[in-house]
Amino acid sequence: MLEIRDVHKTFNAGTINEKKALSGVNLTLNDGDFVTVIGGNGAGKSTLLNMITGVYPVDKGSIILDGNDITKLPEHKRAKLLGRVFQDPMTGTSAGMQIDENLAIAARRGKFRSLLPGVTKKEREEFKTLLKKLDLGLENRLSSKVGLLSGGQRQAVTLLMASMQNPKLLLLDEHTAALDPQTAAKVLALTEEIVSEAKITTLMITHNMKDAIRLGNRLIMMNNGQIIYDISGEEKKNLKVSDLMELFAKASSGEFANDRMLLS
Amino acid sequence: MLNFLSSLPTPVAQGMIWGVMAIGVYVTYKVLDLADLTVDGSFATGGAVLVVLTTSGVNLYLAMVIAFIAGCIAGLVTGILHTKFGIPAILSGILTQLALYSVNLRIMGGKANTAISWRNYDLLVSSRTDVIYETILVCVIFIAVLIGILYWFFGTEIGHAIRSTGCNPAMSRANGINTNTCKVLGLVLSNGIVALSGALLSQFQGFADVNMGRGAIVIGLAAVIIGEVIFGKIFRNFALRLVSVVIGAIIYYIVITIVLKFGLRTDDLKLFSALVVALFLGIPYWKSKIHFTKKEGGNKQNA
Repeated sequence: MLEIRDVHKTFNAGTINEKKALSGVNLTLNDGDFVTVIGGNGAGKSTLLNMITGVYPVDKGSIILDGNDITKLPEHKRAKLLGRVFQDPMTGTSAGMQIDENLAIAARRGKFRSLLPGVTKKEREEFKTLLKKLDLGLENRLSSKVGLLSGGQRQAVTLLMASMQNPKLLLLDEHTAALDPQTAAKVLALTEEIVSEAKITTLMITHNMKDAIRLGNRLIMMNNGQIIYDISGEEKKNLKVSDLMELFAKASSGEFANDRMLLS
Repeated sequence: MLNFLSSLPTPVAQGMIWGVMAIGVYVTYKVLDLADLTVDGSFATGGAVLVVLTTSGVNLYLAMVIAFIAGCIAGLVTGILHTKFGIPAILSGILTQLALYSVNLRIMGGKANTAISWRNYDLLVSSRTDVIYETILVCVIFIAVLIGILYWFFGTEIGHAIRSTGCNPAMSRANGINTNTCKVLGLVLSNGIVALSGALLSQFQGFADVNMGRGAIVIGLAAVIIGEVIFGKIFRNFALRLVSVVIGAIIYYIVITIVLKFGLRTDDLKLFSALVVALFLGIPYWKSKIHFTKKEGGNKQNA
């Protein structure tokens, strides 16, 4: 499904700000895997996602998705295989465009765009059915600008957009971190529903250890640009937050004592 | 007063022609969120191409089409400088604009200006007072068709991609949109429209001048901003927003006519224009500052 082979990435190489973000990451995802990713700030979680999506080029290594080597493919060309939800609810949608227009843009991900109508009547009906599932009353606001929605509503719409077109891989980058607890829970429940319904292979970064344990069939922990822990199946189900804390402490030898993860 | 009213049709016609140019500016400045300074050059290119072609016997309408294409090429150059050379948009525009000065002189055979007389050619628009109402009618039709086409275009799949690129590039790329291609397309379209406006103005004033586009971006911005300040709250529809841009340009030219009547020297006009635009650009910023001090921590919605 997804194969990451020995990927390296260093930012600002050769300067005083040099930062080794990834140093030799190897990861293989199987079809239908739902993997949660945890790790301290600067562990390389987001960089890993950005390497998969092509936001920056890799220094070394290769990324193979569904049999295609996408290592050198530009970001917009990989997009047809990927669904993405960002940490910032503002990033996933175009604020100045209507809800139906945003959804229509996602519905054309990976397709050739022509001078045909940007949204068709038939699509609007389909979008209504999709939005109804969110239970946020958005099905009656198709023509509203997305900028008028709340962060949680925007994140829910982004999730819908990301899961359109049956992506090979869904990438969630702390997509509930900027939401209040109640909204976060709702968006997370929606995530579970969408992922299990369409059986999309998913990689989800989270800072919430309970979520990381509860959700998915596999958990990986990153530290210093490497995957230091990879656990799945029964073993993962039996994990406790305290186990993870211990691992963390060991891996970072106490440096994370004041990390925000302690709070969760 | 009567004297003033009777002199109104001319600035109205002038404002409409510059309104076409302002629509071009709207495409880059508002839709794509880029400040494109190419327009100062491509405006004159449009005028130069039209006058030179028409005076050498080419059909006027064909000359308009070629002027449009010439503007598109200017936009393409800026687009390539921006996306392939990695030069910031503003600087890319300045480079093209500078280069166009030489190109425009070449087009006009080394002369700084070339005349085209209504006596010898059947022109679309003219500043002569006896045909000023026909001119206004032609402008109205021209603008209506242009806005109609743009309204349709920005509702298509490609149009959506361009709007989304201006709105949120990260989201656009995540949804498979090549944002660089979209920026180039927007710049091409915008400068084509600007060149059309230049082609109209050269007919209106009866000559093309290598300096006719100097400060065009400022007039375009003035029209966009005036239109937005006055109609921003009522006109939400895209087509109506373009109409408000044209009205903004008309208001701008009426104001210019008034201040000239009150004794402002034509030499000081560009200083005046720059001040007006600086003021209108500053107002929203100052407003947001006052807003912030009033409401502690009021968050700015990017709607």
